[in-house]
Amino acid sequence: MSRPPRAWTDPVGLYRPGDTALHAAPAGLKLAVLAALGVAVVVVRGPWPALAALGLGGGAAVVARLPWRATAAGLAPVTLTSLLLGGYQAWQRGPALGVEVAADLLSVVAAATVVTATTPVDVLLDLLVRALRPLRRVGLDPDAVALTVALMLRAIPALGRLFVEVRDAARARGLERAPRAVLVPFAVRTVGRARATGEALAARGLGD
Amino acid sequence: MIELHEAGVTVEVPGPAGTLERRVVLEPLTCTLTERRIAVIGANGSGKSTLARLVNGLRPATTGRVTTCGLDVATHGARVRSLVGFVFTDPDAQLVMPTALEDVALSLRRAVPDRRQREARAREVLERFGLGERAHTPVHALSGGQKQLLALAGVLATEPQVLVADEPTTLLDLRWRRVVEDVLDEVPAQVLHVTHDLQAVERADRVLVVDQGRVVADGRAAEAVAAYRDLMAVR
Repeated sequence: MSRPPRAWTDPVGLYRPGDTALHAAPAGLKLAVLAALGVAVVVVRGPWPALAALGLGGGAAVVARLPWRATAAGLAPVTLTSLLLGGYQAWQRGPALGVEVAADLLSVVAAATVVTATTPVDVLLDLLVRALRPLRRVGLDPDAVALTVALMLRAIPALGRLFVEVRDAARARGLERAPRAVLVPFAVRTVGRARATGEALAARGLGD
Repeated sequence: MIELHEAGVTVEVPGPAGTLERRVVLEPLTCTLTERRIAVIGANGSGKSTLARLVNGLRPATTGRVTTCGLDVATHGARVRSLVGFVFTDPDAQLVMPTALEDVALSLRRAVPDRRQREARAREVLERFGLGERAHTPVHALSGGQKQLLALAGVLATEPQVLVADEPTTLLDLRWRRVVEDVLDEVPAQVLHVTHDLQAVERADRVLVVDQGRVVADGRAAEAVAAYRDLMAVR
């Protein structure tokens, strides 16, 4: 019996309500720790600090009680990329650097996942708007930047679904081996979706 | 109230040898829409959606003037859009936040600056629309009907004076179509409903029939639907 196809899963990092210490922690603090981790993995060299950072990211996911199966599935593409990069570095410049590169990348993405999974987008937007307020003087609209971030988070699953639709349409026409039959309509429909979203934003008065 | 005075739309489209050709999408139209429920019907590509978009300035009139809620749409576009809600055919384009609660809260960002109050209001709105249990559900995991209901909830959360609905039931099954139409029937705002559903049209106070960029019939539902059926039978 063939395995049933996997349904489109929740994108990694989608907010999951909860009552853990990380859910209760201020969003600003969580973002500050995430930024510090990002700097630390670049500044502090060696495989052991990188593995410690990875432990930190994994530990945070446990504390936040993220469902491990969904989180692992969501992180699978990043894990694969980390392993490929780490493998290449290990081959070219030794195993220590390979471990460091893979663990650094995975730890930051895992920590970022914990931040977005324990913080409602509305809270992140408020924080972003407050943080960017001084940049109004140079013509930057904090509300517009915050909205762009929210749109990016929403676009990930939307584009995933769009890709599946386009791929299925190509398969239905017997074009599963023709990348152009998937990529061209995917690009066209992505632009169409972006235009429709822009119109909808304008209708909601969000671009005014 | 919506007033159109010689309001029309002409666009430039690419022609042969790289030239631009002018094409009339909507002929200049003069009418005053005061009725509570107005339906707009017509063939695909007839200009119905363009007419709907004139109301809040999503599509600016290239000739004439449009006044909505007493405001000139060309000069007070932002204010008009804060008074006019717009529901699109495809809710996927309209829902921009990751979860249902966050999307309704986004609509309320300007009206309710305090985040806790905003979230409480958004929850109330979701409860009112029967989506309370879906507050934290990812938008992409909702059914088509739930998405359209959520899009309506997000628009109606701001209590608009006018609601423009551009074929909001086209993608829905019969049950969800009825749910969305019941909501549209009960909305206190003036509703301009672009639709292909002739049952919904029968409940309208006034019906405009659009054909090839012109309003070819304007009146009560029975006469307008008869004119529309004649029009469709001819082609």
